[in-house]
Amino acid sequence: MRSVKKKGVFGDVREGFIHRLFQASGMLAILILAGILALLLYTSVPAFKEIGFKEFLTSTRWDPTSPEKPEYGFLSMLASTVMITMGAMLLAFPLGVAVASYLSDVASPRVREIVKPIVELLAAIPSVVVGFIGLNLVGPFLARIFNLSNGLNALNGSLLLAIMALPTIISISEDSLNAVPAAYSEASLALGANVWQTLIKIKIPAAASGIMASLMLGMGRAIGETMTVLMATGNARAFPHGFLQSVRTLTANIAIELGEVPFFSTHYYALFALGLVLFLITFFINLSADVILEKQKRKLQ
Amino acid sequence: MKTSVRKSRKNSKTQLTQFLGFLVLRLSVYLVLFVLIYFLYDVLSHGSKVISWEFLSQAPRKGMTEGGIFPAIFGTFLVTLITAAVSVPLGMAAAIYLNEYARAGRLTRLIRLSIRNLAGVPSVVYGLFGVILFVNLMKLGTSLLSAGLTLALLTLPWTITASEEALKTVPDSYREGALALGATKWQMIRTNVLPYSIPGMLTGAILGLARAAGETAPIMFTGVAFYLPFLPASLKDQFMALPYHLYVMATQHHSLDRAKSLAYGTALVLIVFVILFNLTAVIIRSRLRRKWKN
Repeated sequence: MRSVKKKGVFGDVREGFIHRLFQASGMLAILILAGILALLLYTSVPAFKEIGFKEFLTSTRWDPTSPEKPEYGFLSMLASTVMITMGAMLLAFPLGVAVASYLSDVASPRVREIVKPIVELLAAIPSVVVGFIGLNLVGPFLARIFNLSNGLNALNGSLLLAIMALPTIISISEDSLNAVPAAYSEASLALGANVWQTLIKIKIPAAASGIMASLMLGMGRAIGETMTVLMATGNARAFPHGFLQSVRTLTANIAIELGEVPFFSTHYYALFALGLVLFLITFFINLSADVILEKQKRKLQ
Repeated sequence: MKTSVRKSRKNSKTQLTQFLGFLVLRLSVYLVLFVLIYFLYDVLSHGSKVISWEFLSQAPRKGMTEGGIFPAIFGTFLVTLITAAVSVPLGMAAAIYLNEYARAGRLTRLIRLSIRNLAGVPSVVYGLFGVILFVNLMKLGTSLLSAGLTLALLTLPWTITASEEALKTVPDSYREGALALGATKWQMIRTNVLPYSIPGMLTGAILGLARAAGETAPIMFTGVAFYLPFLPASLKDQFMALPYHLYVMATQHHSLDRAKSLAYGTALVLIVFVILFNLTAVIIRSRLRRKWKN
């Protein structure tokens, strides 16, 4: 009887209220994403007004604290970010796809059970610890090999970011390889191809779009990584000319300067403009990866 | 005869290619494992020398060249609690909406798209957002609360995804059973869905919080302090935190050589925390999986 009563007018109101409450929590995700964009835009506008788009986008000099003429060009930092990220992907992409192929097509279930959690553990190491290792282990190692005074340079950053992007590349690529319908490889094997030929000629091409998406997501992760590059790349402000030079990325520059800048100064706004650039780059990379993955899902279903 | 010889030669060639191919794949796996193990070994071998009860239970002394890291452990614990208090309930609620209420449509697609994109926003951008929203606009100042809220936003996409995974493991028959007996939707969720999915949700939450505890960039400008002589006493206070303490000891200290071994100790404590959290989650998860199988 009681449960019947509860379903009366008050019950409906209550159910509706609970429904709305949950819906609001769901919509919070949209609100936060839009909020981040809106507040970054809002805080960057004064920067663009005071500096001008042209200087911000085309100058390679970033020297906001110069007593004569402060300069706010973001190109050197963008170039550093792109360079380190590309270096990292050159290392991490082939390695990641190889590990993913091994896990999906070669390894026994037992080996997979052991290797997968270890790869996940790699993703769990805090970026500040990776940066610390870059500073104290990879740095001296590079200095010895290349005969440098210190090993804090773009190569160090690329090596570390490659390691940090690996878990993303491995897990997304492996998922894509596993999503290839079994009929594909069965047909190939039945025609006399061996496992390797099937992997190279059938499975990887069939999973290509997902593997591309894994590359993009790994790239997104590398571009946005802060502490690792801050600690391992030396942070010199000049335009980068080679992998053995010290560089300063967009993320590292924000982290270095936000702590010492007076609130609501041109410099402060300019740092948010860098944040906006960073947000837009990673947003479009992630969005494209997302579109690719959705398409693949529909195709393989 | 001739063709069969040619065939077998061809076969042995493809067999060799396969052997070499698998070798390359296997070596790639070894390389990744070697890097991870070498990293861990480096931190363990240097860090274990300074780990002692004193290191874990005392404050830094003599300009952070002696003493321990207790205030940093305590601060990380507090800020993670705040993060959990905000992020876990919100994440669960959003997941319940997506899995139990939402119908396929434009709004649902947009919510899911936003969640996946939020997961890819760089942590330093969350830090900038926290500075404008919590520190400035909401006037919370650089404080435990600002930092905790910033980390809560960062972890939200992870807690939502993990909670939804947990909800998906509950069989539909549980839901249908409740509805058939005349339960309302909320009664059904409360009595027949949540009790079975909460352990899984919490497991996912633990993993997300472990990652939040290791983040530096989002708290750097929203509340963490270089050094504090006192433990934080209210939500408005600044705090010390393990990841930032490691950064400071490794790069900002006035005498880096003397700070180095303490920094290794801090790194080891951070890694051990993360591994313990992960192990706990893995064990709980495999227990749950076994339970569902029976």
